[in-house]
Amino acid sequence: MKKSRRKFLKVAGISALGIGMTPAITTFASSESQGTGTVDAVKSKNAEVFSAKRWGMVIDTSKLTDAIAANITDACHKAHNVPDFNHEPDKEKFPKTSPVNHHQEVKWIWKEHFEHAFPDKEDEFLAEKFKELPFLVTCNHCKNAPCVQACPTQATFKREDGIVLMDFHRCIGCRFCMAACPFGARSFNFRDPRPFIEQTNSSFPTRTKGVVEKCNLCAERLAKGQQPYCAEASQGAIVVGDLENSESEIRQLLNEKYSIRRKQELGTEPSVYYLM
Amino acid sequence: MLEIAIKGSKKYWIWIGLLLAVMGAGFAVYIEQFINGLAITGMTRDVSWGFYIANFTYLVGVAAGGVMVVIPYYLHDYEKFHRITILGEFLAVASLVMCLLFIIVDLGQPTRALNVLLYPTPHSMLFWDMCVLNGYLFLNIIIGWKVLEAERNQVKPPEWTKPLIYLSIPFAIGIHTVTAYLYCGLPGRGFWLTAVLAPRFLASAFAAGPSVLILLCFVMRKVTKFDPGWDAMQTLSKIVCYALIANVFFFLCEIFVTYYSKIPGHASHINYLFFGLHGHNALVPWMWTSMTLMFIGIILLIIPALRNNQTLLPFTCIMIVVGTWIDKSLGMISGGFVPSPLHHVTEYAPTLKEIIISLAVFGKGLLILTILFKIAAKVKEEVRG
Repeated sequence: MKKSRRKFLKVAGISALGIGMTPAITTFASSESQGTGTVDAVKSKNAEVFSAKRWGMVIDTSKLTDAIAANITDACHKAHNVPDFNHEPDKEKFPKTSPVNHHQEVKWIWKEHFEHAFPDKEDEFLAEKFKELPFLVTCNHCKNAPCVQACPTQATFKREDGIVLMDFHRCIGCRFCMAACPFGARSFNFRDPRPFIEQTNSSFPTRTKGVVEKCNLCAERLAKGQQPYCAEASQGAIVVGDLENSESEIRQLLNEKYSIRRKQELGTEPSVYYLM
Repeated sequence: MLEIAIKGSKKYWIWIGLLLAVMGAGFAVYIEQFINGLAITGMTRDVSWGFYIANFTYLVGVAAGGVMVVIPYYLHDYEKFHRITILGEFLAVASLVMCLLFIIVDLGQPTRALNVLLYPTPHSMLFWDMCVLNGYLFLNIIIGWKVLEAERNQVKPPEWTKPLIYLSIPFAIGIHTVTAYLYCGLPGRGFWLTAVLAPRFLASAFAAGPSVLILLCFVMRKVTKFDPGWDAMQTLSKIVCYALIANVFFFLCEIFVTYYSKIPGHASHINYLFFGLHGHNALVPWMWTSMTLMFIGIILLIIPALRNNQTLLPFTCIMIVVGTWIDKSLGMISGGFVPSPLHHVTEYAPTLKEIIISLAVFGKGLLILTILFKIAAKVKEEVRG
């Protein structure tokens, strides 16, 4: 049974190709009215949305403001049922909720300053504007993912299209992947997250205590031909697409501007690029 | 031979009762952890391993240290170790049980632990660690038991134990090498990313394991009629001396590479441990204590008059056990995680509940050790008498 669920996850993208073609197009048609540049770009390259050889993300740092960054985090976390430890639990539903330790929080995508996002590029004479800019950090969906290598149960695995996914039902909570990740992208559920979810999104699973989680590049949305929540909320600052396709929008962006990746020297080959 | 364990003096039963009480208290706290999750520990998003894994690492060393009596006795026919070889093997058994328990209490989903067997993953070092730890555990149980049984019946141990004994030697090296590989193969952790980590782990293990063994020999002389032999204990103390010097030497090599190269990714962790980082310095006194204890330990073991002093030796051994424990448990784990990959400093300290659960694991180990050592001592007494 477990095998079949895994297989399902792996082929989800491919099967969505056939089944989801028409609704996907309508989804884009309807979201077009919101008028974000990203969606327009995606619409013109439908084939790229449905499948990719290697999914990647480009973050245009010049287009990000604190407000947009906060919206992105919010959109992602709400949709993925990421607990918010600042949320006061419902006393009737969860009467015995102990106080939280904010160092044990869960996050998928969040804001950092340059010196924390790129600690290896710390520079006292760095241009002032970079010191104040919000840098969004998340899972890099590395080509050579150390977390996948470390996981003793293959609960963390790499899909053929490059997305690093988690099987929350197989994870034993050993946290080896957290030690292995050079980007601090992973969170552990030190406690039951459900009391801290303001409104549960029933189309995405909530997690249990004792398992690790992280950004899934909205695999569930890509499978339906939709853009990830972060890209959707980014007002054009985040573009997701196929890194291996030289015609893709993200490849064109990478061609035009200078980009950096986090801790490139480690050789994990992050799939998230920052346009400077 | 197990029947020996259920016949004992009043003191013996008080000791067993005490251990059971500690285990019971820890189990009660563990139930709470099981229900509410690891939130009851001091571990955080940034420091995702803590006291449990720290003690696990140290005890793998104590278990591997047992090979320091096996090699001289079985490979070099060093007769003086005849009486203590079984103690080394049984110490390894108790240590390994504690190691496995520390892993279990550290898991977020302990009921899924067998997924490691259901989905064997050779590219994960944790898979190999499980293989060698369990392998070494079973080897020691079989060898220790069979050899002791043969001694009781005053016959030679069965021939088939010989290859198992030889096999246990690479396994002992293996358990600590693979445990070091858990850490030193991770690309983003500068403090652990060093080829000298496995050799350093082994050196500290060969200091800590025999030190614990010497202490246990003193206890045996005090509470049983069995005398492990002062000669054997002296030889052990020389082994501790060499291993401890090797451990400190490897550490100084690490210091040289770090501070001469001045590569910040490496230095920030050692700076945190020994001098504090951005005003966070919880481990500074601990680390300097550890270094001081190990240096004094070396001096006390190098000078023959001090090494051969029967009153001083137990204190020397305690200093070395504490010194290497801080070095390899507290410092090794926290040092690797602080600062975090994003260069935030989140300090770690275990909570009381975490410590109680850990004490219960130690209690379980001591219970096994007491029973096995009692059996060994009784058999040796019988044979001599």
